[in-house]
Amino acid sequence: MNRKLVQYISALLSNANLNGFLSGRIYQGASKHVCVPGLNCYSCPAAIGACPLGSLQTILASSQYTISYYVTGTLLLFGVFMGRFICGWLCPFGLIQELLNKLPSLTLIIPRWAGYIKYLILIIFVLLLPVFFVNSLGMGDPSFCKYICPAGTLEGGIPLLASHQDLRDAAGSLFLIKLLILIMVVIFSVISFRPFCKIICPLGAIYGLFNPISMYRFQVDPVKCIGCGTCAQNCKMGVAMYKEPDSWECIRCGDCRTGCPAGAITTTFQIGNEPIKNTN
Amino acid sequence: MNKKRLRIILLAGGTVLIILGSALDEAASVYAKAARICLECIGIG
Ligand code: SF4
Ligand code: SF4
Ligand code: SF4
Repeated sequence: MNRKLVQYISALLSNANLNGFLSGRIYQGASKHVCVPGLNCYSCPAAIGACPLGSLQTILASSQYTISYYVTGTLLLFGVFMGRFICGWLCPFGLIQELLNKLPSLTLIIPRWAGYIKYLILIIFVLLLPVFFVNSLGMGDPSFCKYICPAGTLEGGIPLLASHQDLRDAAGSLFLIKLLILIMVVIFSVISFRPFCKIICPLGAIYGLFNPISMYRFQVDPVKCIGCGTCAQNCKMGVAMYKEPDSWECIRCGDCRTGCPAGAITTTFQIGNEPIKNTN
Repeated sequence: MNKKRLRIILLAGGTVLIILGSALDEAASVYAKAARICLECIGIG
């Protein structure tokens, strides 16, 4: 299956209300009750579903709820079915970064340890601040959306400010900070592969935790694998598939699989753990 | 715990949580946020 094609179709399905860009109005159909799997801002005029990360923070920040059963359940199902396959194949913001990375440039290698930063961001900005940093009414802010998320600025902020004078008038230092973060993410996406996914994205952090147990996963046949390391050289996420098929950083893009000279890497989608079939 | 059992528990748990959350009107809260311009998302709020 062609991954790029699936990425384009998924981005289009998540943003099917293209007319919204012209009208500058947010889609209000019933599908906005439901979260899409990838990071796709619900303030994008074209979005027809809800962003799971924004929804999680919104419920946590409200004075009415202490935990979000609905969004947690949704993330559990997405994670157990697919893990970070969602990042590699379905997330529109992942696609945007990949397209930027096609531009000719120098290459910056991001160290593996930087991948842990997104877990800190998840804990602080998505889970703790919305719950504990509250006003006198007991309401918090969706802090990741408010202070960091470049997807919100790109997909929601820019098109809506472009079409609404009142929003342009209201934009201040917060917008400038978020715009600066977006510009940094764009520049770093040109010179390195998916920097936002590797370092910042709390949604990718959540899905990564499911990689070891998701129904869709990769397997390396120890009999066929010759240990040449070609899979590690081909991986733009810095994963050595032959050593760590369940890595939290693997976005299941399949580049390692197609490049393996021994055909040792296979995919599976199953609830149990069948041993790898040796076809030799 | 073996992974098959863990997957079944998580799938069942996820389904129960979605039903429970819907019963508590959380889906309506998600809609209320998603169907209006979110000022935090766009950098104003
Ligand atoms: S600002 Fe980011 S996290 Fe918040 S709803 Fe938009 S895309 Fe999702
Ligand atoms: S890490 Fe985040 S932005 Fe990147 S593909 Fe995954 S969900 Fe999308
Ligand atoms: S290990 Fe393979 S499937 Fe995973 S991100 Fe790297 S190349 Fe893609």
